[in-house]
Amino acid sequence: MEVRSRDYAARARATLRDEPGVREAVIGATVAFDRHREQAYGEVDADAWRAWASDVKGHALTNLADYLEEAERRLTENGVVVHWAETAADVHSVLEGVAAAHGVRRVVKGKSMLSEELGVNAALQGQGIEVVETDLGEYVIQLFGEPPSHILGPAIHRSLHDIQQLFHRVHGTPLDATPEDLAAAARSALREAFLTAEMGITGGNFLVAETGTLALIENEGNIRLATSVPKVHVALVGIEKVVARWSDLAGMVQLTSRAATGQAVGTFVSMIHGPRRDGEPDGPEAVHVILVDNGRTGMLADESTWEALKCVRCGACLNVCPVYRQTGGHAYGWVYSGPIGAVLAPGLLGLDEGGTLPFASSLCGACTEVCPVRIPLHEMLLTWRRRAVEAGMAPTTERVLMSAYAAAAKRPALFRIGAAGLRLLPSAVRRRLPFLGSWLSVHGALPWSRPSFMRRRKDGPT
Amino acid sequence: MRATLFVTCLGDQFFADACADSAELLRSLGVDVDVAMGQTCCGQPAYNAGYWREAMRMARHTVEALADAEYVVVPSGSCAAMLRGGYAELFAPEGGTAVAELAGRTFELAEFIVRVLGVEDVGSGLEGHAVAYHHGCHALRELGSREEPLTLLGNAGAELVEWEAAEECCGFGGLFSAKLPEVSAAMADRKLDTLPGPDIVTSADPGCLLHLSGRAAQRGNGPVFRHVASVLWEAANGSP
Repeated sequence: MEVRSRDYAARARATLRDEPGVREAVIGATVAFDRHREQAYGEVDADAWRAWASDVKGHALTNLADYLEEAERRLTENGVVVHWAETAADVHSVLEGVAAAHGVRRVVKGKSMLSEELGVNAALQGQGIEVVETDLGEYVIQLFGEPPSHILGPAIHRSLHDIQQLFHRVHGTPLDATPEDLAAAARSALREAFLTAEMGITGGNFLVAETGTLALIENEGNIRLATSVPKVHVALVGIEKVVARWSDLAGMVQLTSRAATGQAVGTFVSMIHGPRRDGEPDGPEAVHVILVDNGRTGMLADESTWEALKCVRCGACLNVCPVYRQTGGHAYGWVYSGPIGAVLAPGLLGLDEGGTLPFASSLCGACTEVCPVRIPLHEMLLTWRRRAVEAGMAPTTERVLMSAYAAAAKRPALFRIGAAGLRLLPSAVRRRLPFLGSWLSVHGALPWSRPSFMRRRKDGPT
Repeated sequence: MRATLFVTCLGDQFFADACADSAELLRSLGVDVDVAMGQTCCGQPAYNAGYWREAMRMARHTVEALADAEYVVVPSGSCAAMLRGGYAELFAPEGGTAVAELAGRTFELAEFIVRVLGVEDVGSGLEGHAVAYHHGCHALRELGSREEPLTLLGNAGAELVEWEAAEECCGFGGLFSAKLPEVSAAMADRKLDTLPGPDIVTSADPGCLLHLSGRAAQRGNGPVFRHVASVLWEAANGSP
């Protein structure tokens, strides 16, 4: 997809100014998600689970080449066709080939953030293939013509009212239709798509090297249908999704569910071991797995940020993030938003393209506290900031002021004269200063202590 | 026991009374208090904005200014966390025993009173007052200090009100609030919008208080914002 993360500040400002409903909808949804997660963590020894899960992912990532090759062997033995794709263009060309071989005219998709990262829908549509998103939230935003705004709840930025109007236009449902009525309208449209599509495309939550198992967690049953009704199923799997052993899977699926939605386990967990076998009544004729790099190998080699590849895409860090809550995901201008998006952006896109997003954080650390695989997210944000500054990406005014501030801080008398000088400036001038001016634009006047504490100390004991 | 106050740059300029109240409160608990006159800024604004070279300069100065302190007490969870954890991170490549040693004797005010002095009761002047406590992120998550201020306020008779967003970031974040003022203000607005109408909102952090009270002033409503040092000192003396 098109990346516009450098415009974060302007996009965030525009969202807050022009679409106040987004903030309200996103706060409502994320606070509820986070409350469910907190409760679900509280039912188990979450710290022990998280430490274990972090180790499972860490082990797989530190031996990634071996486990990927093992996964390829097992998948192949299971009758799955394995493709390796280094870039989005490689993925597009594999999809084009598979679609041509099976005469595909229509694709049903299960929710896949990787497919958004790779721009799969546009590529397929460019081939004249119709693409239907079948996750309810994804279906809604596809009708709106928007990208997802959240890893798990792609349409959480939209209100019920927005969706009532959309469905009225598209499906003719009444303007006061209940959520159940809306879901029913989507269901009947989607049922038709499932039964006529030749290809189902999904992502993958986990790929077990030992058994070649592709595991998918969901709540709507659309992934179960997309992987079993059409004659061909293609799964897009990031190379970081591999876990070593079958015995890793149950715990990872449960912890991911608890972190994501607060469920003990998702309503449907599909564990796919290949195409339909002789004598089986249903399932696809062919299953393809595309193992996707798209920048991940480079990130794996970065000793300060490789652990971000442990991410299981649960969305818990978005839900708890006070910055994300104000704008939702679109302001970030990239498929992944919130803390994990801000860590992955410079890692996968490069500092030049993605280096703005690590600054979209107050470094409160709430993300690190909830991450099921214990990625030190706020520390990584700080690492990326340091790198951005070292690479000379900071504005000149900021660099000069910071340097002057640090120099003054080494000379207490000068430091205090500087503060005294700021106090003396007319407020009209203060409002035009860099940084202080933008602070004052959203705050009341500065409540200076008169005199300052150190000044009082100097004049007499306190 | 001797404690050196590190009042922080924001404390010095905007919370002078709270700095003085910190000193008085500690003295009333039998601590000899001094103030290191060479202190300026701990360097956190630079550190969090990615300017580690500048942050190291300020950190070196601060370590030097506090070299003689038996304990360093900071009326700010955020700056205490910088001295304790941020400096270790900054100086990790070159080691640095002075930094590690400073970290070991640096405490946020409420944390110092409860953990080091072992005092949980400073007075009873908050009877009949509804108090909302804003947990600064760094006190909460870096220092791991959630209970200490609540213990002191509760034992002073305060009615601690339930606040949905009590542990949510206020949006200050140092330079963050100047670089992304609209997002930062929206974060403060969520804090203010969820406040259940207490008499006093208090916190250990000058930055958070400056941000929240400044935002409340801009919006033209809101309760009284006080630094926890002032609230506790006044509780020790009768009433706030």
